[in-house]
Amino acid sequence: MTDNLYMPYLMKIEKVTYEAPGVKTFMLKFINEEDQNRFTFKAGQFGEYSVYGVGESTFCIASSPTRKGYIECTFRQTGKVTNALSGCEEGSIIGFRGPYGNTFPIDEWKGKNLLFIAGGIALPPMRCVIWNALDQRDNFKEITIIYGARTVNDLVYKHELLDWERRKDIKLVTTVDPGGESPDWKGEIGFVPTIVEKIAPSSKNSIAIVCGPPVMIKYTFPVLTKLGFQDENIYTTLENRMKCGFGKCGRCNVGKYYVCKDGPVFTLSQLKELPDEY
Amino acid sequence: MNIDKWLVRKDSLEKLFDILKQNSKTIYAPATKNGKVSFIETDSFSGITTDYIQTTQSSKEIVFPRTEKILDYTKNRDGMSVKGIDLKDIPEIILWGVRPCDAMGIDGLSAIFNWDYKDEIYNNRLSRVTVLGFSCSKSDEYCFCTSAGGGPGNNAGSDILFTQLGTDGDYLAEVLTEKGSAVVLLASGLFEKAGEIKKEQFLAEVPVRFNKEEIRKKLENSFESELWIEHSLRCLGCGACAYVCPTCACFDIQDEAHGKAGTRVRCWDSCGFSLFTLHTSGHNPRELQSQRWRQRIMHKFSYMPDRLSVYGCTGCGRCSRACPVDMNILEHLISIQEVIV
Amino acid sequence: MDDLRKRAKELLESSTVKVVIGYEQGTANKTRALFVEKPEDAVKLIFDSYCVQNLAVYVTKREIRDKGKMAIAATLPVLRSIIQLASESQVNDNNLLVLGITPESKLVEFSNLAEVETFVHQYQIEIDAHNKEILDKLDKMTPAERWKFWIDELTPCFKCYACRAACPMCYCHRCTVDFNQPQWIPVPSHELGNLEWHIMRAVHLTGRCVDCDACYNACPLGIPLNLLTKKMVEEAKVHFGGYQPAIKGEHLMSTYKPDDKENFIQ
Repeated sequence: MTDNLYMPYLMKIEKVTYEAPGVKTFMLKFINEEDQNRFTFKAGQFGEYSVYGVGESTFCIASSPTRKGYIECTFRQTGKVTNALSGCEEGSIIGFRGPYGNTFPIDEWKGKNLLFIAGGIALPPMRCVIWNALDQRDNFKEITIIYGARTVNDLVYKHELLDWERRKDIKLVTTVDPGGESPDWKGEIGFVPTIVEKIAPSSKNSIAIVCGPPVMIKYTFPVLTKLGFQDENIYTTLENRMKCGFGKCGRCNVGKYYVCKDGPVFTLSQLKELPDEY
Repeated sequence: MNIDKWLVRKDSLEKLFDILKQNSKTIYAPATKNGKVSFIETDSFSGITTDYIQTTQSSKEIVFPRTEKILDYTKNRDGMSVKGIDLKDIPEIILWGVRPCDAMGIDGLSAIFNWDYKDEIYNNRLSRVTVLGFSCSKSDEYCFCTSAGGGPGNNAGSDILFTQLGTDGDYLAEVLTEKGSAVVLLASGLFEKAGEIKKEQFLAEVPVRFNKEEIRKKLENSFESELWIEHSLRCLGCGACAYVCPTCACFDIQDEAHGKAGTRVRCWDSCGFSLFTLHTSGHNPRELQSQRWRQRIMHKFSYMPDRLSVYGCTGCGRCSRACPVDMNILEHLISIQEVIV
Repeated sequence: MDDLRKRAKELLESSTVKVVIGYEQGTANKTRALFVEKPEDAVKLIFDSYCVQNLAVYVTKREIRDKGKMAIAATLPVLRSIIQLASESQVNDNNLLVLGITPESKLVEFSNLAEVETFVHQYQIEIDAHNKEILDKLDKMTPAERWKFWIDELTPCFKCYACRAACPMCYCHRCTVDFNQPQWIPVPSHELGNLEWHIMRAVHLTGRCVDCDACYNACPLGIPLNLLTKKMVEEAKVHFGGYQPAIKGEHLMSTYKPDDKENFIQ
């Protein structure tokens, strides 16, 4: 990173994957090899991805730091910048500033069971920590992934879901909302919190990581508490409108905590101390 | 550094200005336009306005411009070429006529721009600015510098602080930094040895109206208070208070494209705007003006002291003067002190 | 203004209205808006020559409207704004009760908005002599001189949008400047962007502006941006014979008549 905090790295889009309606994944490589070699990040961190002339947008880094040579991001077309990004093709050059934010304390979780719960477009921030854990699989006990979306089409990372399903060392449960199933759907049918309750993963020696739309999170937390998970062992990520990503533009704070510096990763016990401003 | 005290005769002030101009210095000084006083690039001493309690705009524009380029880009056949700003292009500036409350505001800005990540654009600008502060002999009902930890003769943030010793008197010049010494060197003939001068008697009277530590403590449990709604009913949600404030640093980042080339700029923004925290999804964590007003006060008097050890207010009173609906921050703070338990 | 205080107290005691919007003493010699909800607070209401803020800006503000039926102490410019808002379906007899204050500072209570309209129509919207003089001077300038005048005046504008916030007619939940697909008006403050903002606002106000000077009074930098809106009032006179706010009236800029002069197409 140069002296100029606002100067992005130049990235080339190596590969574009169409994940779901309106959702794409970019595999990005640094144009400058020096930048590539110097760049490190940890699971949970995010960046500001820009289309020059249009603006910047905030997404997590959806690939794992254990995989070198590239980073990935997944986003949904919603506003001005994501629409412009969506129009970029393989070979296009975009900007990337990062990594910002705090991280999932994955080292503290060694020797424990990991429960990943995600909904819809919130699988990307978790995928980075899932890969990170899978890349050092022996360090963890049981790994369970519960992932749901509104319809079968809306499930992202469909190929990886197949991979995870085949693996014997992960328990994968996919679900779609009632009415979202296709005729040949073999997974669960039900809202994510309901399925979590049904699967009833054990809370003993376990860490839960939950990411999803606010309404899903709202109903999942009580389920986890009922299953015996302690607040400090439940992790989630927060989103807020961001511009700078490093605590200066004053926009993303929730009370005195900045989502870009003190987050985006928060435990439920930390979340309970935050004022209702997110 | 020790404070060097000098005496500058009242007629020497103009001579000092001229010497600085002769040395090719760019000088920003208070000047009047449309009845309001702001810091404008001034070429002659006669262009300086002196009869005012406080300028309408603060001097933060000089270290933190309202619109500032952060990079240039050009799309070409091989891809993209992106250029940052050349820090060497930032000019040397003398800020003349800064009140102590403004000079103190620079500390607030520096705290924000150096929090963990150092903003070198800001730091470079600041390093090239020499602040010539002038103490206040007058104040009005909007001023509350003494409650905010400052004072009419406070020297925080100034490189030289001039205090006029009585109406039509000579000036005590306290030289506080190396940059200040450099100015003295340029015009050493104008700076005479000063005897023991007690400047306090020549300063304005600004009674203390509230205890900021007490307010900070009270704010810790006041998030759900009804007071925010009551106080902010007449607030219209414009950005006037944030823009005239010497410590408000919230900004936006915008791209401006002109064909194949363009710039990315950083520009002022205000937490009072409804768009400030609006998500693309339509969700707005601060959708009511009362929530946005609460953010303003909490940020300045609770979050900033907690995280950055500096308060976000210097008691200059500009926000209250500029506000179209008289949201008098002093009044609100006193009310918080009295009402919140 | 004892009549006003007495009437406000009565209206609140009988729950005819839930909030009375008026003026109270502010800092130094300023006055500011007051929202009286408890009858005993009606004593705080004042009225004097410093009461110039256009209170009609609050009748479209969500936090005030949500309280229930409103009463408003309204001078002539405020009355005009109310009728214009009524013609744009922003207020009606169900949510607003108007306590008029005549140019002679007498209280007159209106039974409904139609009565307010009759009252308002006794007076024409006239640009004051001082500003008329400035507008004439501007007219006599060459285009280059006029351009320089406006660039000089508008470059200091730092886009605080106080002018928009104080204007009762700028009640759009999403202003044109708030759109970014496309970004019609640039966000940062610079020469051209500022010009675009002020011109756009003046054009959006054509035929709707009641010449209350709230925008100018609100501007922290004293920029004479009301010259632009006043000019549009004059232009409306020249091209369309002028206008009056009217509840069932035709909107100047959104009504086409075959005999409209089109002198601006040269």
